[in-house]
Amino acid sequence: MKTKSNLERVLEAKIFAVTGELGPPQSADPEVIRRKAKILKGYVDACNVTDGQTAVVRMASWAACLIAKEEGLDPIVQMTCRDRNRIALQMDVLGIAALGMNNILCLTGDHQKFGNHPTAKGVYDLDSIQFVKMVKDMRDEKKFQCGEVMAVEPHLFIGAAENPFADPFEFRAARLAKKVVAGADFIQTQIVYNVDKFAEWMKMARDKGLHERVKILAGVAPIKSVGAAKYMKTRVPGMDVPDSTVARLQGVPKDQVSKEGIKLCIDIINQVREIEGVAGIHLMAIEWEETVPAIVEAAGLLPRPKFVT
Amino acid sequence: MLISKQKPLEEILNYLEGDKNIFVIGCKGCAEGWGSGGEKQVAEMKSTLQEKGKAVTGSVVVDMLCDAALTKLKLRSYKKEIAAADSMLVLTDGAGVQTVAEVVDKVVHPGCNTLSAGGGHAEWKESERCLECGDCMLEFTGGLCPIARCSKHLLNGPCGGSQGGKCEVDPGIPCVWQQIVDHLAKLGRLDKLERFVAPKNWSVSLTSGPPVKRFS
Repeated sequence: MKTKSNLERVLEAKIFAVTGELGPPQSADPEVIRRKAKILKGYVDACNVTDGQTAVVRMASWAACLIAKEEGLDPIVQMTCRDRNRIALQMDVLGIAALGMNNILCLTGDHQKFGNHPTAKGVYDLDSIQFVKMVKDMRDEKKFQCGEVMAVEPHLFIGAAENPFADPFEFRAARLAKKVVAGADFIQTQIVYNVDKFAEWMKMARDKGLHERVKILAGVAPIKSVGAAKYMKTRVPGMDVPDSTVARLQGVPKDQVSKEGIKLCIDIINQVREIEGVAGIHLMAIEWEETVPAIVEAAGLLPRPKFVT
Repeated sequence: MLISKQKPLEEILNYLEGDKNIFVIGCKGCAEGWGSGGEKQVAEMKSTLQEKGKAVTGSVVVDMLCDAALTKLKLRSYKKEIAAADSMLVLTDGAGVQTVAEVVDKVVHPGCNTLSAGGGHAEWKESERCLECGDCMLEFTGGLCPIARCSKHLLNGPCGGSQGGKCEVDPGIPCVWQQIVDHLAKLGRLDKLERFVAPKNWSVSLTSGPPVKRFS
């Protein structure tokens, strides 16, 4: 064990892992975090807390993580290179470890153009792969990016994201390999609706032996409405929503659509679980957290393992 | 005027490791003016490379290397020499290196760092090809610059927003990482992208470093 991460324990025990996602509020209200955390507790092994997702200003991930941890979750601090240079990233890495956080997800970040401050200057001093390597060197070599040595290193379980549906598709597995070599312990993917393409990507990863070197968690999410499906299909960069998914939601009476969206999510969980090398799911029910317990239960993923600490 | 300065010889030789036969190109425009890649420097580089055990298959100094049409025309007389080379060493600024990458189907090595635009953007009037960052990365990216042309300045491959050859930020922006992958795939050199590219040195850039001239 590299860390005290509950997620690492679950994955090391070869139990099919479940991570959730919690979006902090666009305000200073801690109760939003507490309410969402209470819903997720007991149903996920660890929980991502987003860091200015879609470049919209929200409560800092590390602060919301601290509240979520008080509620009994094992938070995964998301951190982006969009808003921080290498100095700020390393300061925050030390800070979250000192606060008792066990997991980090190293991201490049959604471009500032998409958020509510599109005129902001993006930082992008590092890319996500350089970020992963920097955290690994801090943890395993006790070294800052400049090469100087630190007294107490941050014990963090290191995650990275990957999008199997982006282009150039042929290069995606090679990029995953770079993240693994850089030091990623686990990977969470973009939301899977196109299971065939995801399976193709997993095969490319297996051909490189990557499934044995990193834990891959498939991203999944329930869809609330036909409009939401169409929005994701056409407006969200890097999303692949097949026509058949939209058609399935259109094929049921209006008052049944959200139920069907949940069923679809459960079906996808069952399908990705059958793919060799998938170590778990990352369930992103953003602003629909109350569906998580039912989805996890219906997918046969309860009870979640408990470890004596 | 693009102001450039030759990279240290050791760095250039590292780039050329594994390549035996080299074709050297310089420019009679900005690089001649700044003494980084004119007639004299190209001749010197030729003999230096030969001393270091490389074969120089040929060399040329183009009037304005940043002019793609002119460069293409000029290089027609060197077809044999270029074909015999493993790679091209380009002694000029980032704009010139990118012209060679565009018109020649060979791996290009930048021999200079571009320090400043010094007032203009050479012949690429329609777009910024070089941000004069002072620490040229074109060696690692197939001769196309993600510092200038990727919305997130990524050095280790495309982000998750690259789709259909377009950048997620604006459908009018081509994804330079798609272009880099396509270009190196055409050359059968995708292996160049497998290497980890370390965080970049921004201290030598005017936008981040000290506000002093770093050339003499």
